Amino acid sequence: MAATTRVAAAVATAEIAGRLATPRRDMSGAIAHVILIASVVVLAFPLYYAFVISTQTLDEVTSLPPKLVPSTNMRQNYADAWARAKMGRLLLNSAIVALAVAVGKIAISLLSAFAIVYFNFRGKQAVFWMIFITLMLPVPVRIVSTYQVVSVLGWVDTYWGLTVPLLASATGTFLFRQYYQTIPDALAEAAQLDGAGPLRFLWSFLLPLSKANIAALFVILFVYGWNDYLWPLIVTNSPEMRTAVIGIDSLIPRTSQLPEWNVAMAAAMMVLLPPVVVIVVMQRWFVKGLIETEK
Amino acid sequence: MKRTVFPNRWLPYALVAPQLAVTIAFFFWPAFDSLRLSLYRASPFGDRLIFIGLGNFQRLLSDPAYFRSVATSFIFSALVTVLGLAVALLLAALANAKIRGLAVYRTLLLWPYGIAPAIAGVIWLFVFHPSFGVLPYLLSFVTTYQFNWFLKGWVALVLIVVAAIWKQFGYNLAFYLAGLQAIPGSVLEAASVDGAGPIRRFFAITFPLLSPVTFFLFTLNMTFSFFETFGLVHAVTQGGPGDSTSILVFRAWKDGFEGLQLGYSAAQSVILMLLVVALTAAQFRFAEKRVTY
Repeated sequence: MAATTRVAAAVATAEIAGRLATPRRDMSGAIAHVILIASVVVLAFPLYYAFVISTQTLDEVTSLPPKLVPSTNMRQNYADAWARAKMGRLLLNSAIVALAVAVGKIAISLLSAFAIVYFNFRGKQAVFWMIFITLMLPVPVRIVSTYQVVSVLGWVDTYWGLTVPLLASATGTFLFRQYYQTIPDALAEAAQLDGAGPLRFLWSFLLPLSKANIAALFVILFVYGWNDYLWPLIVTNSPEMRTAVIGIDSLIPRTSQLPEWNVAMAAAMMVLLPPVVVIVVMQRWFVKGLIETEK
Repeated sequence: MKRTVFPNRWLPYALVAPQLAVTIAFFFWPAFDSLRLSLYRASPFGDRLIFIGLGNFQRLLSDPAYFRSVATSFIFSALVTVLGLAVALLLAALANAKIRGLAVYRTLLLWPYGIAPAIAGVIWLFVFHPSFGVLPYLLSFVTTYQFNWFLKGWVALVLIVVAAIWKQFGYNLAFYLAGLQAIPGSVLEAASVDGAGPIRRFFAITFPLLSPVTFFLFTLNMTFSFFETFGLVHAVTQGGPGDSTSILVFRAWKDGFEGLQLGYSAAQSVILMLLVVALTAAQFRFAEKRVTY
């Protein structure tokens, strides 16, 4: 656990060092740029290739040698993908699931971490261990039984079933607990002297202070909720309740089908864009979240 | 521990209630139910459960296909983790210089993390496509060997390994780079003055100082490759050809939800649970000994 704190410190120091430093030796700087640019290009190539395919006609897609420049059929392919996979509904479902998982988990973990850090109550140790033992076992190791619980509750093929079982993990609680413990006691004392009750203290003091942590957790959970594959596959039956990552499966050409990879890639581009945009736009909090949630 | 606490009898219970409810309903209940189910099998008509004791476990442990899945899972995770980290560390070490624009590079490296494993798989599926993909096309100039992953298990495994590494590689590199930049240059210069060459300096100083970063990335990549790659396998290879890419989570899903052998799948879940607990324990043992702070 201390290891990751060190990583956080290392990342922060590196950022400062990067800003202050001036080039020491030109050669090593040039080599570094070459390596980093090469890495960036190699990483970007598959995405570029997928995008290029999504703009081509069927003839261009299946011709050899492969064409690596964008073509003119983009609008048609995206419209086809949109209509055939009922993309509007899929993306809406993914957005609902990703937002509900992120907001729900942040809300319940803010509250439980507050209770654990700022109150003494009977059974606190037991509650603490019950919550934190969930960190050990991710959803994939108990799929059949979790599905049975959901079906007993009548939640199969509902948004409840898609989201609530994913909330049973302590990553958020752990993060907020760690953070609350670094807040000086004086703050709570001052609040109490001013006559603020616990809920007022949570709302007016802790919540504003936790903004960066909330943002960090939000990025990680949004991406997780949007990209999760196993759980929505199990818990939904009807096409209307599918999320985007599993819903586009029908567009992927299998051996006996027309190789409409241009349409499949158009669908893939639409599905991958939202989480990638969230990461790029909220990059600072993403790095923070990546470090904090793995503790 | 906080010294200042709020005096309130019932409020803390109300505050932990939502999390506790979700944890009991979707963690403890399923976990115990998996244990119970693993001792049963469904009757031929699927209408009731028959107690068979440890029968499912006996069957699993005498099934060569299950051991193939265990091997596939470990080979897959080891390749993704070790290969991914080794190449990232090598490139980061070579690129470790005081340069401008690190923030820009970081953005350009981190974005693939946002792509779902299944989508990453679909993109690489086409890159590897035997008839139209750019990779088999380029390889056809070098060799006449058919890199057809529809037919050859090892090519299919390479395909999912490459797709998984692609998704993880950028942030492995970004974190190693950040870790390297945090190592004080004076330490390395001192070693240099003492006559240590670049390779010696790397293994004697840089690598041990980087152990917290390595440990962090190792955990992250292992968890990812073990549990989050189900979508990759399901969307791309369906565990095939044969069962050459049937990782453990995929097999547990397939036996439970396609084969409808609930007890058999639950027994696999129980073994997975034991495996995770053992791995976590081993990890912390290792961290205590080897990770320098």
